[in-house]
Amino acid sequence: MAYTFSFPEEVLEHVFSFIESEKDRSAISLVCKSWYEIERWCRRRVFVGNCYAVSPVMVIKRFPELRSIALKGKPHFADFNLVPEGWGGYVCPWIAAMACALPCLEEIRLKRMVITDESLELVAKSFKNFKVLVLTSCEGFTTDGLAAIAANCRNLKELDLQESEVEDLSGHWLSHFPDSYTSLVSLNISCLGNEVSLSALERLLGRCPNLQTLRLNRAVPLDRLPNLLSRCPQLVELGTGVYSTELRPEVFSNLEAAFSGCKQLKSLSGFWDVLPSYLPAVYPICSRLTSLNLSYATIQTYDLIKLISQCRNLLRLWVLDYIEDAGLYALAASCKDLRELRVFPSDPFGLDPNVALTEQGLVSVSEGCPKLQSVLYFCRQMSNAALYTIARNRPNLTRFRLCIIEPRTPDYITREPLDSGFGAIVEHCKDLQRLSLSGLLTDRVFEYIGTYGKKLEMLSVAFAGESDLGLHHVLSGCDNLRKLEIRDCPFGDKALLANAAKLETMRSLWMSSCSVSYGACKLLGQKMPRLNVEVIDERGPPDSRPISCPVEKLYIYRSIAGPRLDMPGFVWTMEDDSSLRLESSR
Amino acid sequence: MWQRSHKSSEERKLELRLGPPGEESLNESIKKCNRERNESPLTLGYFSTQKISSSDKPGPGGVMLSSAWPSTSYHQHQAKAKASFLQLQSCPKNMIVIGKDVPKLCCVENKTFSPSSENTTVSKRTASGSVVGWPPIRSFRRNIASGSTSKLPSGSHQHQHVVPGKVASTEPSHNSCKGLFVKINMDGVPIGRKVDINAYDSYEQLSSAVDELFRGLLLEMNLSHIASSHCCSGQRDSCGDGNQKKQEEEKANTGLLVGSGEYTLVYEDNEGDRMLVGDVPWHMFVSTVKRLRVLKRSDLPAFTRELT
Repeated sequence: MAYTFSFPEEVLEHVFSFIESEKDRSAISLVCKSWYEIERWCRRRVFVGNCYAVSPVMVIKRFPELRSIALKGKPHFADFNLVPEGWGGYVCPWIAAMACALPCLEEIRLKRMVITDESLELVAKSFKNFKVLVLTSCEGFTTDGLAAIAANCRNLKELDLQESEVEDLSGHWLSHFPDSYTSLVSLNISCLGNEVSLSALERLLGRCPNLQTLRLNRAVPLDRLPNLLSRCPQLVELGTGVYSTELRPEVFSNLEAAFSGCKQLKSLSGFWDVLPSYLPAVYPICSRLTSLNLSYATIQTYDLIKLISQCRNLLRLWVLDYIEDAGLYALAASCKDLRELRVFPSDPFGLDPNVALTEQGLVSVSEGCPKLQSVLYFCRQMSNAALYTIARNRPNLTRFRLCIIEPRTPDYITREPLDSGFGAIVEHCKDLQRLSLSGLLTDRVFEYIGTYGKKLEMLSVAFAGESDLGLHHVLSGCDNLRKLEIRDCPFGDKALLANAAKLETMRSLWMSSCSVSYGACKLLGQKMPRLNVEVIDERGPPDSRPISCPVEKLYIYRSIAGPRLDMPGFVWTMEDDSSLRLESSR
Repeated sequence: MWQRSHKSSEERKLELRLGPPGEESLNESIKKCNRERNESPLTLGYFSTQKISSSDKPGPGGVMLSSAWPSTSYHQHQAKAKASFLQLQSCPKNMIVIGKDVPKLCCVENKTFSPSSENTTVSKRTASGSVVGWPPIRSFRRNIASGSTSKLPSGSHQHQHVVPGKVASTEPSHNSCKGLFVKINMDGVPIGRKVDINAYDSYEQLSSAVDELFRGLLLEMNLSHIASSHCCSGQRDSCGDGNQKKQEEEKANTGLLVGSGEYTLVYEDNEGDRMLVGDVPWHMFVSTVKRLRVLKRSDLPAFTRELT
């Protein structure tokens, strides 16, 4: 017996407005047709993990009242230059479509996308209430585009250019913020090469009382920093510019006073070219810090220890491997609340180790920091024993990315593969969501991952495995896998074809320098119409080589938008059966 | 990128066969592979789900014996592969065997790492030095340390330029390690030049460098100026004495910065303001200069008029 039990739409809408998580919203929309309709009219925020998975028109049609959109473009390996220039990720069609149809749009967040000055100008002029622009690892624009944003977006709150590649034509773009503009809350220009107009910056900071985040670029001199900080003592997050200047006592005391004057300051970054003598200026505020990014700071262990041991409330630390095992030991002793640690290599291409950083440092932190969840660690040696210890100490790890710098490095004690060590990690850390492998690894490690990595969502693999069985284990075993990226592994056609259906449950698969044949790609494209199978090959059309020849790079992603139309000459999308039938009927 | 391979007898043994075991010619097995491929490989069932039993927990030390594996020919191959793997069998990385269903042996150039090891230095270097995108760090995180492997000495530094061990320029406004190239334009000259400020230590050096850059043009302009203001060749040997000519040039050109000459050097600073070159100490100039301009002295009043 069915009965209709309907609230007025307004009531449902009101209830739905408390649901913010995208997953929950999607679940709501699947309940019934009327809920789908109500939900779509009140959805304000959408996250598109792959800009080619859906078309802008589709998104706008379904969610006509969007206020906030987040888009991701290039595959993650683009960060390491594995995706050739010009591959795609153009945001222009999205901006053009939204400019017409979503005049109330307030927020645009992009990651690894290409955005031009024209698009920025369109954003600046089309959205009257535009508030948030976050461009993470984007490219294709210049400071002229920023000037347009500054000049026109009266209600802008957030301008974040994190790690983007901006053609820096002039520092004057900042002066385009009109004198009447006062709503800035967050500004991140740390990626810009040239100096911005400091006087304009000072005036801007002075008239924006809600400013909380300020990430300066390297070009801002240290002796100007106190002046800037005095204009915004309410700052919560600060990225300094270059952290050295002539050694002068008054500069030091001004700096120290300026830092102390920012009573809310919790996060520090920047620290390019650190002059150690200026570090103590930060000491008075160390106990308040929760986040510290010293990944550009070329300071020694001793100075690092002195600094870090005062940061008792640190939650997140990014640092160079100058910290060494000794520094990590001190970190483990002082920072009991630590959640995230990233240790970057100071000399990634050097033959020999330049610092005394080994697996021991990570083991110490795993022992001393009970809340540690997220690890990114570059080192030159590792052992299965260390990995077991880390796994047993920290079953609460959710992100574990280990990069042993030399590919295929075995356990340095036993000379064996690191299969069982990583196996221990996936077995003990039951909530592991993200894993990056390195070192000498056979198919065995993938067996462990497939068996235990049930919550794993993202896996990065390089120079590992022996056969298709490895890939098969992962594709068949990891129930929650969304993103898989593989390079230089001997994986071929079999596992891929045997697990074709799995690919539709994932966001994307990247394989480069593997052994997947063109024939397999064609077949996959043919049989799976809801997958875009992109062959990326700079050697020329794959048709010019035998069908069994392996492709250079392969990017497979699910999509309801069909093959994209903006591919460069070195990318081929494998056609599916329906389009082939069309071809033959012409 | 692929080559036909001649299978060794061992490889043939390891090959997966669909039919009954026994001696088969290479060609036949290839034909079989092709036939297979034409049928829908989507129904390949070679991979049965093999779960590791709970007793097979990873433990410290050695490689696990694969007792959980059903004994298929595939499994046998795996065991063999493991053995051969541990024996450092290396094979050319790009070798693609025709029979696609032969699982590939791992190409292990077993690069061991230990500081005092006998180095296969060449391969090690090439492997980590020239592999694209490895190690996986963003490009702005490279070259943070200097080229040397020694650590930075501690201690204070008196001058921001004196930071030993750093390749990166200490100029905050420039990200490159090499030089601080700024544009230099000259009035009346449509094409500008670029000059590396970091290559000089003083204003004198800079001025002579600017001289060099615009020497030809300045000479021309001097000549035309001189010709117009001094009717005859009284002060100049038109056809000849190179030295004397040079002296004249130098006389005209050294006046560049002194202020009594024909031209003046100005610069645009980091705040966008136009400043006269020579007021501040050299290092301060270097840290704030954005571009240079050679102006005619006679233009100065107009120049200052522009500012007000």
